[in-house]
Amino acid sequence: MKTNDIILQTVTKIVSFIILMFALHIFFAGHNNPGGGFVGGLLTSGAIVLLLLAYDIKTVANSLPIDFKITVAVGLLFAVGTGLGSFLFDVPFLTHAFGELTIPILGELHLNTAVLFDIGVYLAVVGSTMTIIQTIGEGE
Amino acid sequence: MSLLHIAIFAPLLFAIFIPFLFKRLRLIHTGWFVFGLSIILFIYFLQFLSDIRDYEIQETIDWIPSLGINFTAYVDGLSLLFALLITGIGSLVALYSIYYLSKEKEDLGSFYVYLLMFMGAMLGVVLSDNLIVLYTFWELTSFSSFLLIGYWYHKERSRYGAQKSMLITVFGGLAMLGGFLLLYLMTGTFSIREIVSMTSDITADPFFIPALVLVLLGAFTKSAQFPFHIWLPDAMEAPTPVSAYLHSATMVKAGIYLVARLSPIFAAQGTWFWLVAGFGIFTLTWASFNAVKQTDLKAILAYSTVSQLGLIMSLLGVGAAALHYSFLDDNLYMAATFAAVFHLINHATFKGSLFMVVGIVDHETGTRDIRKLGGLMQIMPITFTIALIGTFSMAGLPPFNGFLSKEMFLAAMVNVISLDIFNMETWGVLFPVIAWIGSVFTFVYSMLLLFKTFTGDFKPEKLEKKPHEAPFGMLLPPIILGALVVVFGFFPNILSASIIEPAAKAIAPVLIDAGQEYNSHISFWHGFTPELYMTIGIIIFGAFLYVTLPTWGKIYRRFPEKLSINYFYDQGLIRAESGSRGLTNSYMNGSIRTYMIYILISFVGILTFSIIRKDAFSFTTEGLAPIGLYEVVLGIIIFGASITILVAKSRLTSIIALGAVGYTVALFFVLFRAPDLVLTQLVIETISVALFLLAFYHLPKINRKEERIGFKLTNALVAAGVGVIVTIIAFSALSNRLFESISQYYVENTAEKAGGFNMVNVILVDFRGFDTMFEIAVLGIAALGIYGMIKLRLSRREDL
Repeated sequence: MKTNDIILQTVTKIVSFIILMFALHIFFAGHNNPGGGFVGGLLTSGAIVLLLLAYDIKTVANSLPIDFKITVAVGLLFAVGTGLGSFLFDVPFLTHAFGELTIPILGELHLNTAVLFDIGVYLAVVGSTMTIIQTIGEGE
Repeated sequence: MSLLHIAIFAPLLFAIFIPFLFKRLRLIHTGWFVFGLSIILFIYFLQFLSDIRDYEIQETIDWIPSLGINFTAYVDGLSLLFALLITGIGSLVALYSIYYLSKEKEDLGSFYVYLLMFMGAMLGVVLSDNLIVLYTFWELTSFSSFLLIGYWYHKERSRYGAQKSMLITVFGGLAMLGGFLLLYLMTGTFSIREIVSMTSDITADPFFIPALVLVLLGAFTKSAQFPFHIWLPDAMEAPTPVSAYLHSATMVKAGIYLVARLSPIFAAQGTWFWLVAGFGIFTLTWASFNAVKQTDLKAILAYSTVSQLGLIMSLLGVGAAALHYSFLDDNLYMAATFAAVFHLINHATFKGSLFMVVGIVDHETGTRDIRKLGGLMQIMPITFTIALIGTFSMAGLPPFNGFLSKEMFLAAMVNVISLDIFNMETWGVLFPVIAWIGSVFTFVYSMLLLFKTFTGDFKPEKLEKKPHEAPFGMLLPPIILGALVVVFGFFPNILSASIIEPAAKAIAPVLIDAGQEYNSHISFWHGFTPELYMTIGIIIFGAFLYVTLPTWGKIYRRFPEKLSINYFYDQGLIRAESGSRGLTNSYMNGSIRTYMIYILISFVGILTFSIIRKDAFSFTTEGLAPIGLYEVVLGIIIFGASITILVAKSRLTSIIALGAVGYTVALFFVLFRAPDLVLTQLVIETISVALFLLAFYHLPKINRKEERIGFKLTNALVAAGVGVIVTIIAFSALSNRLFESISQYYVENTAEKAGGFNMVNVILVDFRGFDTMFEIAVLGIAALGIYGMIKLRLSRREDL
């Protein structure tokens, strides 16, 4: 007999978004406040794990059609690519730059290339944890 | 590259073409090409004969100049003598092997490749001036000898003999290399010529005696001196041409060459005299005594070779005494060196011919066992004649060349008595006595070899083939050698002026000033001297022993088998093998726990030792922060959780307790103001506890007893040791801060240079982003690894 997880599933629908928002917040706050790519990535995968617990693996795979192994690769590419990008400006590997930039609509922004690197960390962490959890979950 | 270098490398280069010649020109026996090459080389070296009396030839090509290793080819009397022996006997052996080895049945391609390799290596040994080059060629001779002994590799005895000779000679070779390196350390050069010129400076060096002993080890193993002679009888499993060439005329004399070559460096030492002369004379007697009991012709010859090499060695040792007398003209001991060189030539001639004779007997009758042979004199008259010449020369009977060198040997040994250095006045009298006993046995086995084979009853029923005289081509090389025995016996002085004197000069250059000549004259009849009476005594007593052999021969059986050196060698090998296996099994027991204990004990041991040695322990309370209530409480919690992990009965409890430890650590991070660490630690701890629970859930049902971790005193002690030592190091490191932390830089520059306010994150992605890059790579690898482990189950796929 299948149990009815309606409460869990309904709560999950709301809570997982809150966690995702929090993860994004933590990620973007990272440069100035506690947080960053690593914790952000872990929390994002926490949200997905919650989905996995409430639904089954197949449903989550359908709604989130992402191969997390590729996410790891993309993350690593981001990190290495940020590093290589510094060569274009004739500076050593992984030299970051930052500055104030005025963009229409958004207004004046403080941008930092370190964030690109952090995106790499974020994606790699999400990809790794999700690969591990999904693989173990699928294996009997 | 000079012609001389080409001559040295010619056999090695020619060896490359041998397999082609063997494959393409099947009609012609491959040996003819080798024969041609060695004859050419022999003639090439002959033309140096006129030069070396006046000057020495030296040619250099660079090999590794930065290390002082150059291939300097150097020709003086001694090198030339050996080069002539190698190429001369080499051509005869090649000729002999053409008739000995069948073109159809044997793998001639390999045989001649090995033989040429050996010839080239041997030429390299005797002609190089650089010690390292000499060593290189030296090992190449060991190696090619190994291949030649194991030529019939399908025979177990061949493989045994090859392995034995390899182990012993390479052991000596490595020791010798050590000696060479010590010489280099003392003098700063690898050139023998230069080292000789520096001899007087290095005799007092602490490395001098070790270098001497190591070099002698190399020479003794190669030249089969006691107790390293045991490989030579077993090397007789090689084809007979190989035995004739390597194990009588050339390779076993490499050690002699080395001793002679380095005599100018070491000979002034008493140690050298005692070691060389003492081991030589003992080897002479021991081997000749043992030769008598052998029943295999080649075994007799092998022991005889050992004994003759001992003779030459002892002569070189006595010759070393010559250095202590400055007057050349009435120097008795120079004659010993002279005799050594002379006997070296003689031995090569008669022993080469005897081996070939034995090969013929083996080839024509199918056996080498003297108990089966007999009465071959009428059937093989030519072979018998050669054997007679060879054995009589070996026994030291007139009018052959062995007689002359044996007389000179006895004369040298008698002269030793009058030596008044190195305590010789007390022990010197032993030398002629032992030499005489050895010579008596030499006489006995020589007669045994000759008469047991060729006289007595003919026993055709015991032989595998119907014997008949060998083909002429097979007889030719021993005839040539036998003829040389006679020629050198009657006209010894053709040798003395042309080659022996330059060779003796090369052995003792310090004695001979420029332009001065050591004039030697070998007289056939030297008057009524002690050595003549000794020879007469040898013949009489030897004949008596030969006749009464059946009665006293039983004493050989009295020698316990367990005291023989072969037994020591075999047992040593077995013991070494089983011992090392036992040793490995005793500590490599496959248990991770044991290895962890080794690792941790080494860890504790090394750290404790260095702390005590450096007196590094210190503990100050200066600069410590005050301990607050929260720290104490959290400390108690974490301590309690840790203890729970250790004593918990259920694994589940341990996992929960581990989680508790993790969360408490997170709380510590809170307390010590590390918010990034808190976040990460909390999430990671949650994930890892979940993974632990997963692992726990999937534990196999069998053996799933719940029980406490068993108490083991070793574990407890090791764990306590590690804990204590790490704590001590932490205290000491804290109390010994040498300089300020670099963190101030980050505090000042995080916002300004990296545009961020979270210092931890800025360090992670900006200042030290390189580390982070690889850490996420580690994460990725871990994820892919887990994916691979779970998805890729090759063994299960095979089951399907």
